[in-house]
Amino acid sequence: MTQKIFYAAAGMGRKVRATALVASDGFSARYDLDRIAGVFSRPEHKLAGESYVGRVLVLDAAKGGVATAWMLHEMQARGVMPAALVLNRANPIMVQGAALADFTMISGFDCDITKTIANGAEVEVDPTGARPFIRVV
Amino acid sequence: MKLSDEEQAIRGGEFGRLRQWAIEHQIKVGDYLGAADFVSVTQAHIMADTESLGRAGVEWLEHWAALPVVQRQVRVPTISDPRGTDFAQAQKLKQQPWMLDLERRAIAAFEALGVLMTDTCINYQTIMPPVRGEHVAYGDTGVVIYCNSVCGARSNFEGGPSALSAGLTGRTPRYGYHLDAQRQATLVVELSATPRELSDWGALGGIVGRLTGDYSQVPALVGVDRVPGPDELKHFGAALASFGSVALFHIAGVTPEAMRLADVIPEGSALPTRAIGEADIRAFQTGYAKDIGAVDLVVFSAPQLSLIEMQSLAGLLDGRNAEIPLFAVTSPQVKPDCDRLGLTARIEAAGGTVLSGMCFYQSYAREIAEANGWHGLATNSAKLVNIIGGYGYRPVLLSMAQCVEAACAGGKLTA
Repeated sequence: MTQKIFYAAAGMGRKVRATALVASDGFSARYDLDRIAGVFSRPEHKLAGESYVGRVLVLDAAKGGVATAWMLHEMQARGVMPAALVLNRANPIMVQGAALADFTMISGFDCDITKTIANGAEVEVDPTGARPFIRVV
Repeated sequence: MKLSDEEQAIRGGEFGRLRQWAIEHQIKVGDYLGAADFVSVTQAHIMADTESLGRAGVEWLEHWAALPVVQRQVRVPTISDPRGTDFAQAQKLKQQPWMLDLERRAIAAFEALGVLMTDTCINYQTIMPPVRGEHVAYGDTGVVIYCNSVCGARSNFEGGPSALSAGLTGRTPRYGYHLDAQRQATLVVELSATPRELSDWGALGGIVGRLTGDYSQVPALVGVDRVPGPDELKHFGAALASFGSVALFHIAGVTPEAMRLADVIPEGSALPTRAIGEADIRAFQTGYAKDIGAVDLVVFSAPQLSLIEMQSLAGLLDGRNAEIPLFAVTSPQVKPDCDRLGLTARIEAAGGTVLSGMCFYQSYAREIAEANGWHGLATNSAKLVNIIGGYGYRPVLLSMAQCVEAACAGGKLTA
């Protein structure tokens, strides 16, 4: 298990530590999730059927429509929420949603982060410093 | 971000707590995305159905709506995306009273904030299309991509909180598609067949979206053998944005920033090129139809239908009888014309239902599927096909005529 730190181009939110849920696939709260049950629900998604609650989601790119900007806030209010979102590539909607929900998110790596973090690894995500990062603990 | 004196005053609270929250939100977003400063906007468009907002979002809006008028109202014209219901038809959808109550509360809060409840995702066809170079703050990815690409306006995807912030401050962080450099093509798509049906244009958008798959990507199409119409580009753009998170496309010789392909190719660069033909479009469509022999309902939505699409649908349904639910969703601006011109009556005489001011996938789609026993869904919207699977449906992408045939055959799909 690597101890290497992977730095991101940008981040926001608080430092968190949780189990990683990793896939080389996109993320959209509207398209991909059953937000009541707290699982990935789109059949084509590589994490279909998996619970995302309390996990650090390590995924490729933000996808889909603008609804996620509200939905992260709604999910946070009900406590059916990932611990953090780690993306190779964010889009403005994820950033806006994370800003409203005060949610932890980092994005932009010099490697494919979905190929680097093992599914099920215990990870720490720290967006609070000058250089946001994720590391396996 | 560099702030003007006025922006610093807003941040300092001189214009009230709501505008202070709004600019802090915008600075947080702008800092993350590398904005150097703000750019003034002339319009905002807010996506805010209550399935997305939830109770927490509605209560958040109501909190701000209780402020004094001078502190709470938007500064630039701000309009709304479709809502989660058509109150007149909610019973037919089997929506629950709590859903309607939440919608009413959200509407009241938005109205208190000065938002014009236009309830449409085709504002570029019905309200006030932006002009080339106009900086705006639009929600709904289909609205953004159409206005950026076809109108030449400048907007990023602005989710509800950010679009509301832009309405309140009259500005937005200057990043992404407000910048010239971001608007250059990154991929050339060579078409060997120009789509015919709206569903084909949507399929093409889906294919290109899967190729790009990133907000920073800007595809440029060549090989389109005629000037596509607004509804065709509406379906293409909506699917491209949905499948690819793409906010801008060019079509050489058609869209305003690409009168020549060279106009959108960065100097000295050789862009990757991909070829797409008729077989790719068919394969995209058949990929959704595998092992589905029948559907439970037909939905025309996402984006809302234009008056011309409503006319086409009425023509296809004349003298026919839909044996399964058939919903045609349009905007509150188009619906009165449909009523006046007899289109609503023709569609409903054939057993269809015209819904106004809502969007099917924003209407508590999972709950109404369970309440009605819906599973298989036929539509001519590639965007809807992409979204609705996550709500438990099995979607099929067909042409408008094929959807009507399915509805009139009790849902049975013909090869």
